Amino acid sequence: MDKKKKKQRRMIFRTLTLAVLVGLVIFAIIGNLSQDDAVVAEGEQAPNFELEQFGTEGERKSLDDFKGKGVMLNFWATYCKPCEEEMPYMQELYPKYKEKGVEIVGVNLDSTKLVVNRFIDKYELTFTNLHDKNGQVMDQYGISPIPSTFFIDENGEIVDKVIGPLTLEKLEEHLKEIQPEA
Amino acid sequence: MKKIKCECGHVNPEGTVLCEACGKPIEGNQHIDGNKKDSLLNMRYEGSARRSQTYNRNIVDKVWNFFSSVKVGVWLIIITLVASSLGTIFPQEMYIPPGSDPATFYEDQYGLAGKIYYQLGFHNLYSTVWFMLMIALIGVSLVICSIDRVVPLHRALKKQKPKRHHTFLKRQRVFGETNGQADVEAFKTKLRKQRYKVWDEDGHILAEKGRFSRWGPYVNHIGLIIFLLGALLRFLPSMYIDDFVWVREGETAVVPSTDGQYYVKNEDFILENYDPDKDERFQEALMNQNAPVASNYQTNAVIYERTNNDVVGAEPELEEIQKKEIVVNKPAKFDGFALYQSSYQLDEFSAMSFTLHETDDESAVLGEFTVDLTDPEMEYELDSGARVVIDEYFPEYYMDENQPRSKSKFPKNPAFVFYVYPPDGGDPEVSFAGIGMNIDPTNENQYKLSLAGYDTRDVTGLAVKKDYTLPFMAVGGLIFMIGVVQGMYWNHRRIWLQPREDGVWIAGHTNKNWYGLKKDIEKSIDQTGIDIPEDQQQLKG
Repeated sequence: MDKKKKKQRRMIFRTLTLAVLVGLVIFAIIGNLSQDDAVVAEGEQAPNFELEQFGTEGERKSLDDFKGKGVMLNFWATYCKPCEEEMPYMQELYPKYKEKGVEIVGVNLDSTKLVVNRFIDKYELTFTNLHDKNGQVMDQYGISPIPSTFFIDENGEIVDKVIGPLTLEKLEEHLKEIQPEA
Repeated sequence: MKKIKCECGHVNPEGTVLCEACGKPIEGNQHIDGNKKDSLLNMRYEGSARRSQTYNRNIVDKVWNFFSSVKVGVWLIIITLVASSLGTIFPQEMYIPPGSDPATFYEDQYGLAGKIYYQLGFHNLYSTVWFMLMIALIGVSLVICSIDRVVPLHRALKKQKPKRHHTFLKRQRVFGETNGQADVEAFKTKLRKQRYKVWDEDGHILAEKGRFSRWGPYVNHIGLIIFLLGALLRFLPSMYIDDFVWVREGETAVVPSTDGQYYVKNEDFILENYDPDKDERFQEALMNQNAPVASNYQTNAVIYERTNNDVVGAEPELEEIQKKEIVVNKPAKFDGFALYQSSYQLDEFSAMSFTLHETDDESAVLGEFTVDLTDPEMEYELDSGARVVIDEYFPEYYMDENQPRSKSKFPKNPAFVFYVYPPDGGDPEVSFAGIGMNIDPTNENQYKLSLAGYDTRDVTGLAVKKDYTLPFMAVGGLIFMIGVVQGMYWNHRRIWLQPREDGVWIAGHTNKNWYGLKKDIEKSIDQTGIDIPEDQQQLKG
């Protein structure tokens, strides 16, 4: 009887010790992996923000203003060459998808308005461009290389995240994905 | 589970090598410690039952016994060491040229070996899952090995009896036989004088001191485990943050990793150098240097806390909570965060002034204007009625396939394309002006823009730190050291005396410093009639 009890106690002790150790190991590995991960991942709700819009007299727009529409959120800067290369594609598809309920929102990371305004004029961009002068939204979305693009559906959920430039075909594919159902 | 009953009557757990009570070698278990007949006994862990191979009943026992093996532990350490050294063959990810993609960099630079290196995660070894797993397994091995050894060792030392089996004494390293009368009482008194604890059981004597030293390695391991736990806690952002922020003079930046709660303003960045003429002490050393030697890096900073709780990007309402001159090792501290002076950039351009004059006559000035490089205006109207329009602005100008471009948004090498509208309202002229250059693309310009002056400002680099794991590290490190001292500077010494028909037997054992033990024995047998025991190992050698 005593022997049996002792064996049982040892079993419980060993199981508990191993469980604690395994728990710590899992904690360490998950902790390490999530550090590499972006702050905002696919499948999550896109966090809201508010920034000044280019081409207006200090008017501010927030992501919530586009509720009910699919949103392509593009992080870019004038000094970023691949960003510049994909701009014409975005402008080309914008009018067509705007009618279908998809908005393109550029979040610009430059520091001076002049440079961006000249750029917008040069490429005749008509979609919304917002000024993330202090990089707050960039920080919020955990962006490191640009261009980075988030495709957000009408419910505010992030469907896709693309790091690097998009071709015209790829861009259209992604835009179709977030097109709200009529 | 079979228990082993010794002839002295003590019941030992299975796997025992030497009886816990009397020390008699238990037949059939001598292979465990490699004991051979007639040779000296291996006194490791007192010959107690460690890792019990017989409990291999289920998966928990199997896992437990795997980690309980010191052999496994040593192999884990060897593998980790080899992996660490392999990780130094090619540079780690953080040291490859900035902007290069590690996915292609290693293969391009080092060929197939580089590709394998990258794919196995050697390029970022400390964050690679399998490497972390190895460290974790070492931790697990450490815990289980310690538990499986400290418990039986403690048991064996607690259960030991002064009355020992004769073979136990005979097979100790220090052993001696005395024929004739011995003054046992004097022997005991002398042992006590040397701060030995003495037990007497029917004339059988056990004298022991420094048992506490045997716990040293386990105390040491506890310290190590606390240290590891502290390192684990660094994965929690609430416990540990290590970030960085650049702040330009006059600007207020959000402190990263604080969820936009805190802002820091750089009012002034100061870099001071040692002046050889002023300070004679360092004169000679300073003269030997080609470059000036910095004596102070300082940021005059103001820390603000956001008081409103608006959406990200909205203008924050800030309340000043601290003014601080941040110098090296004297950070600004607030709410668990610390801002350390850690980097700087001098003389970034902040404003440029131009004079517009006739191309042929510099004294015929049409006006002056200043461009604020952080917020340039589209158009500048001059006193004479002339207008200058900025057509393009390149903060960090460079030529890219014959096209002017900017490398970044920071005004490190500003350049402009100006449209100059003459006072009389004619067609504009194009001018391209920057630092140290002024290009007239048509060579027919009537007016010229000359750089009249510029303002610069410094940028300070502040490291953002928060570390609540340090107390764990400190306590763990302290316990680690206590364990080391405990195990190193004290010795566990034991002396046994056994009455025989024609005299006495004496034996001694220590975990280290045999010289000290022999000295102790010599002192305590002085004038007691007991002969000096011999070192059986030395005799054989």
